Amino acid sequence: MNAMNPILQQGETTSDLAIAMRGVTKIFGDNPQHALNLLQSGKSKTEVQAETNHVVGLDNVSLDIARGQIFVVMGLSGSGKSTLIRHVNRLIEPTAGEIVVNGSDVLKMSLPELRTYRRSQVAMVFQKFGLLPHRSVIENVAYGLEVRGVGKAERLKEAAKWIEIVGLSGYENSAPRQLSGGQQQRVGLARALALDTEIILMDEAFSALDPLIRSGMQDQLIELQKSLGKTILFITHDFDEALKIGDRIAVLKDGAVQQEGKPEDIVLRPANEHIEEFVREVNKARAIHVRSIMEKGEHEPCEASVSKDARCEDVLPLFAEHQWVGVVDQEGRQIGRVTAKQVIKALARYTPGIG
Amino acid sequence: MFPELFDTRPMRRAIDDSLNWVVRHWGDEFEAAAYPLLMLLKAIEDLLIATPWWLIMAILTGIAWLATRSWKLPAVVLVSLLFLGVMTLWKDAMTTMALMITATITAIVLSIPLGVWMSRSLNVRKIFTPVLDLMQTLPSFVYLIPTVMIFGPGKIPALIATIVYAAPPLVRLTDLGLRSVDPAVMEASRSFGTNPSQRLFGVQIPLALPTILAGINQTTMMALSMVVIASMIGAGGLGYQVLQGIGRLEISRGLLAGLGIVALAIIFDRVTQSFGKQLQGRIGLAEAR
Repeated sequence: MNAMNPILQQGETTSDLAIAMRGVTKIFGDNPQHALNLLQSGKSKTEVQAETNHVVGLDNVSLDIARGQIFVVMGLSGSGKSTLIRHVNRLIEPTAGEIVVNGSDVLKMSLPELRTYRRSQVAMVFQKFGLLPHRSVIENVAYGLEVRGVGKAERLKEAAKWIEIVGLSGYENSAPRQLSGGQQQRVGLARALALDTEIILMDEAFSALDPLIRSGMQDQLIELQKSLGKTILFITHDFDEALKIGDRIAVLKDGAVQQEGKPEDIVLRPANEHIEEFVREVNKARAIHVRSIMEKGEHEPCEASVSKDARCEDVLPLFAEHQWVGVVDQEGRQIGRVTAKQVIKALARYTPGIG
Repeated sequence: MFPELFDTRPMRRAIDDSLNWVVRHWGDEFEAAAYPLLMLLKAIEDLLIATPWWLIMAILTGIAWLATRSWKLPAVVLVSLLFLGVMTLWKDAMTTMALMITATITAIVLSIPLGVWMSRSLNVRKIFTPVLDLMQTLPSFVYLIPTVMIFGPGKIPALIATIVYAAPPLVRLTDLGLRSVDPAVMEASRSFGTNPSQRLFGVQIPLALPTILAGINQTTMMALSMVVIASMIGAGGLGYQVLQGIGRLEISRGLLAGLGIVALAIIFDRVTQSFGKQLQGRIGLAEAR
């Protein structure tokens, strides 16, 4: 293997990662090996396409996704994000690279092993829902369990529980087409959750929904993740959505990762022009956590304080009355403080013309 | 005139001789192979003729009601059946119905697996598409005569000719129906770790069922359209009445038997179509069209 394809080193700590991708490259076409050689010799995606008529879907993608976080892959259409997520459960085979999920190499699995893996370790939610139109809501939610071979009574009981959790009680026997888009996606979500897999893949799961419904679904997803501790790989083209739900974000363009980091890192320190363009459009007051810009340390207690999960928009109203606003952790201990000045500085940093 | 490039007579003679050879050496084997088919036809025919007329009327009218849940189609079915009874065509109609049902059942058994196979492999589709074209366009007499030579005149060659003519649309529509299942649904099913047969029986066939049913509808209609030709080689039934009517210049006999065939066609066409519509509605395809 050459330097383009870093392979997992012995002893590297992949066991506490939920998903590790190393040098994953996908080229669509009849003779991907030739195009792969060109790509590895340093040609760009457009050059490879012009020369060989092969489309580069993913270009040397390496990602570490830790357990229990919402990891968002953000990119515009054609950036390869949907291709990327389909590599995790091998709906698409990579041309090169390595994918390790929960310590086992997905690409080395035989077909029966792959089926077992899909049945027990990764569940997926789709942009177009992918519900079975000839089955009722409860049968759709129970589908994954049925495939896994769970008995009828047990799987219907389990399905009913998840239908209640996503807020669709009363719709058990409806047909999917009788539901609104938001409700249909709740069915899709319940179907994935019912499998109780550690990893959930969500491919533009909320993109087809109306803005208000979408916002509600995002809140619900964050809630669910907090209570269930799942690892969620979430694909979106919406930067605001990525900032709202992501613990970490990777920005994808032309099949290559442009930047990977915490939402704040990306908003405050965009790696290149492409990302800066997104950042310019974004509501930074919502994106930036106060803890990332606060003055750390145990200062004298402030009169007003916010939790460490608060974002800039949450503290702004408090500055009308107070000079300093404290930041406290779960136990209520003050871990830092912010002033209006710091917040304004953070919000203004990348606005063109002020810099 | 097109110039004669070579003498085609030896080639033709070879074809004729090889058919004769097959008839002489393999005739019994062929007949034995087709025997189960004959048994099936006999069983269905005997059953239909032994069943009292009012019971058949009740069953078919009941099926029509199940298919539509309204009174219109059952009324049409009832009137059509009464016509057959009043015009003393009942027994012939049952014989024709038995031939059609047997041909349809055999076509279903053969066509659906073939359609499934075609939907999964491009190569299989490439091979069978021209074969199906040939089956539908070759004038039926061309394969009728060899089958009569092999099996002798009677119900078997009539049945085989009907199947050859009626099966292709079902194969095609099965293939089409399976291939046009929403790929997003198929992918979702794959992501849950389904194996191919779970996908085929749990997703593809249920969603393709309206299309497959349209194929069955086509097959019944084409089987009915073969009954006159089939009766020339001994299938009997309404087609035979038509033939006799023409032969004796009894226009009334030909006309009434012909209308009897139409009555049967209406019954089976409307009933299968209504079931198709009902299915489409159930899986939500009706709104999408």
